[in-house]
Amino acid sequence: MNVREQVSAEWGLGDYLGAIGVRLNVGRMRYRMTPGLYARGAPGPESPVLVTANYKLSFDHVRRALAGVDAWILVLDTRGINVWCAAGKGTFGTAELVRQIRACGLSERVTHRRLILPQLGAPGIEAHEVKKQSGFAVVWGPVEAADIPGFLKAGMTASAAMRRVRFPWRDRLVVAPLELVIHFSRMLLIGLVLAGLAGVSGWGYSGSAAWERGGEAVLLLIATYMAAGVLGPLLLPWLPTRAFSIKGAVLGLVLGVCGLAILGPPWSLPHRFAWLLLVTAGASYLLLNFTGSTTFTSPSGVRREVRLALPVQIVAGVAGLIAWTVAR
Amino acid sequence: MKYLTRDLTLRLDVDRCVGCGLCATVCPHGVFIIHDRKARLADRDACMECGACAMNCPVEAIEVDSGVGCAEAMINGLLTGNETCCGGDCCCSGKNEKDKETGQ
Repeated sequence: MNVREQVSAEWGLGDYLGAIGVRLNVGRMRYRMTPGLYARGAPGPESPVLVTANYKLSFDHVRRALAGVDAWILVLDTRGINVWCAAGKGTFGTAELVRQIRACGLSERVTHRRLILPQLGAPGIEAHEVKKQSGFAVVWGPVEAADIPGFLKAGMTASAAMRRVRFPWRDRLVVAPLELVIHFSRMLLIGLVLAGLAGVSGWGYSGSAAWERGGEAVLLLIATYMAAGVLGPLLLPWLPTRAFSIKGAVLGLVLGVCGLAILGPPWSLPHRFAWLLLVTAGASYLLLNFTGSTTFTSPSGVRREVRLALPVQIVAGVAGLIAWTVAR
Repeated sequence: MKYLTRDLTLRLDVDRCVGCGLCATVCPHGVFIIHDRKARLADRDACMECGACAMNCPVEAIEVDSGVGCAEAMINGLLTGNETCCGGDCCCSGKNEKDKETGQ
């Protein structure tokens, strides 16, 4: 089978816009490459073969790391999902790798029998099974594509640092907007409910009250939401306890108090307490969901936390809503 | 940064280990070290149950319940009984199908 395309290492405007877009959930599930074999530069039979997923952002990072290097890039069909997540679900897996090796006629194209796999593909790839089924030996590459040049220069060995996944503040900020966008509609729904409830007065309903009090509440809610969505990931290591739901609750409470102080809506004390209950529950839920974007949370821990915290969040949120409506 | 560790499922059978070191290579959190030609748990609390070590252990000396570690998937799990789906339209099969085959 033919090589699909010769690709450059440079990113064009479209690649940058695409990378920003997917971080904001724009076209994220359609940001895909056609699976198959690609040529970076002018690779020959001795050139290294690097394997990646068909999420275009993953592919773009790999080809950018291969500036000035002639190499083959074998793209697996992971349905547009990145390497680590796809490996966890088994689509970046042994069977798909072996299938692509055969479909691309890789053994006729290269004389060596080595594949460089991203280390984070290991949850889906059984190296000894790949060797048995295809004849190709797996060499585990570094975690980050940016370390590929160093890895190749060192004779295909990764340093201990290259084998570690970290979660520095830059990475936390890069993944934060996606969560904000994904949950924005839910937050807005709560805002609309708040605005609607703001009009309830005694046994009657006041449209002007809904507009005024509701408007204040929606503005305050959006401000608190944005602050929690950015500050939560940013301050993650310093928020108290290891439980994300508690980290979120503490942050929500602090932001709630700050929001009331700064924007200062003319609310009574019980009204303010109801508000704090609501935003504390909301921020707790938001940060609990951030576990899915991190690099270190275990399913057993998340399961425990969801079972303990979710009921509390729901009760607190609903109680906050009712109390906010009743208190004047 | 570390997470909740009480329910961690990682188990290493040192007697069965042949000391190949693959677990230490693929682990992204430095959980394993090789000492006296055997794998040891150097930092079990750092385990995120990704399953890379167990997948690549040639003698099945490692056991871990790996899975999709996000709250969305767990909430879906509570609602629908399918814990592998985290909401995307294209990610909700694969491993799930494999689990069905192996009867897990």
